[in-house]
Amino acid sequence: MARKVSTKRKLVMTAIAWTLGLLIFFPILWTVLTSFKSEGDAIASPPVFLFFHWTTENYTEVQSRSDYALHFWNSVIMSVGSTLLGLLIAIPSAWAMAFSPTRRTKDVLMWMLSTKMMPPVGALIPVYLIFRDMGLLDSRIGLVIVLTLINLPIIVWMLYTYFKEIPGEILEAARMDGASLAKEIVYVLTPMAVPGIASTLLLNIILAWNEAFWTLNLTTSKAAPLTTFIASYSSPEGLFYAKLSAASTMAIAPILILGWFSQKQLVRGLTFGAVK
Amino acid sequence: MATTHTRSAARLMMAPSVILLFAWMIVPLGMTIYFSFLRYNLLMPGMEEFTGFLNYSFFLSDPAFFDALTNTLLLVGGVLAITIIGGIAFALLLDQPIFGQGIVRILVIAPFFVMPTVSALVWKNMFMNPVNGLLAWIARSLGFQPVDFLATIPLLSVIIIVAWQWLPFATLIMLTALQSLDEEQKEAAEMDGAGFVSRFIYIVLPHMARAITVVILIETIFLLSVFAEILVTTNGGPGTQSTNLTYLVYAQALLQFDIGGASAGGIVAVILANIVAIFLVRLIGKNLEA
Repeated sequence: MARKVSTKRKLVMTAIAWTLGLLIFFPILWTVLTSFKSEGDAIASPPVFLFFHWTTENYTEVQSRSDYALHFWNSVIMSVGSTLLGLLIAIPSAWAMAFSPTRRTKDVLMWMLSTKMMPPVGALIPVYLIFRDMGLLDSRIGLVIVLTLINLPIIVWMLYTYFKEIPGEILEAARMDGASLAKEIVYVLTPMAVPGIASTLLLNIILAWNEAFWTLNLTTSKAAPLTTFIASYSSPEGLFYAKLSAASTMAIAPILILGWFSQKQLVRGLTFGAVK
Repeated sequence: MATTHTRSAARLMMAPSVILLFAWMIVPLGMTIYFSFLRYNLLMPGMEEFTGFLNYSFFLSDPAFFDALTNTLLLVGGVLAITIIGGIAFALLLDQPIFGQGIVRILVIAPFFVMPTVSALVWKNMFMNPVNGLLAWIARSLGFQPVDFLATIPLLSVIIIVAWQWLPFATLIMLTALQSLDEEQKEAAEMDGAGFVSRFIYIVLPHMARAITVVILIETIFLLSVFAEILVTTNGGPGTQSTNLTYLVYAQALLQFDIGGASAGGIVAVILANIVAIFLVRLIGKNLEA
């Protein structure tokens, strides 16, 4: 039952919430606006907010300064690649744990979770040396392997919590009605599992896209995803705010959009089902 | 319905992920432990020799370690304090009936999706820069001397940047918890004359205790390993003023090539994180049974 709230109170609350919300969002908004300014306007004092000469030259310049498209493509390959590979490995095991659990299933899940808690510096040195000796430093394939492994526990966990919600009785009912295993998988299981798999896919692409420990340490140039590429702007050359903003806007836009679709899954995925 | 047949099938299905994760955990960790007992510098190949606990005593008695440990704790503590208090405040605000609630929620959670290197560089250059930054302009127009954030208060600056990234996460979890609170319970308390403060203390806060614990534990795990934000803003400096444990180990290994010493540092970091992890695993495990 909704309580009656006075319009005045609602208006005041609305004003406060919008002000604070915009304040939190402001750095992103400012980055997007700056990306359309000339370098001169970008550092103008007092700052110009909307009334400046809008230009898209930064976007073309970012591409010519260094091969932006290549780094963008690296990000796509490594986030989508590692997620698909992770799903391929995780779906069978999450499936097995959800539908034929044993006494040890819980221990296995907790153990998988604990691997995620190992700080990356505990593994950095050996992984770096192994990659160096195998020629995997600054390679896409190396990065995909590492990202798959670091996100595998989250993928298994998320899938497990989704699969767990599929009632086992439905499978039995289908079996009693004479459905073969193949039909059972195609007509009963898959439609019920797809939403969970899709949410897991989405959240994992986001996590992999923004991963900034292994990407920074294991790549330098040709396999560098956007995280590493943007980091190269930390040593500035002349005026660069507008160009930094353009590069940043392109790097965060796809994920912001994906992220807005996955708010709910975010909570579930990152709390391992502890808060729903 | 678990027969021997399905059970062995289940084992087979689990094998790839279990084996891979086991290897991923054991091989690097084992090698790090092994390296931590060696004198091993990449600049002196072939000179490796067993030194016992020497790396550990060097690392632990290095003043930089004490600084890094303090900074790590301040960073984790500072970000936790800001995000939890801010997160609860935002969650309470977003739980109120307001116009355009969905849009405000999107605005608030957006920073979580910004990659760490972008948020760090945007803050560093466009906000915290003492000459061209927006904060400097605000300070000047109010008649104050602009602060050179990253030079004078480097750790606090990093805390601000990281807190901005994690506030959305805390808000979202708190909001999820808040929305599962029984509306009638609040109403009953309101009818009994409980004011906002006592409703908050006696009803809302206890209900959110779990969510707060989850936020603390999960954020702690990620915050112990903050790296990119430090790398692109301060490089751990000036001196060691913004060096955390993760950055110290990185610097020792990949900038000074001291593999033995860095490995000892890595193991120290692992031990610290494990202390937190034990609590988190227990909490989630309990929830799994319920």
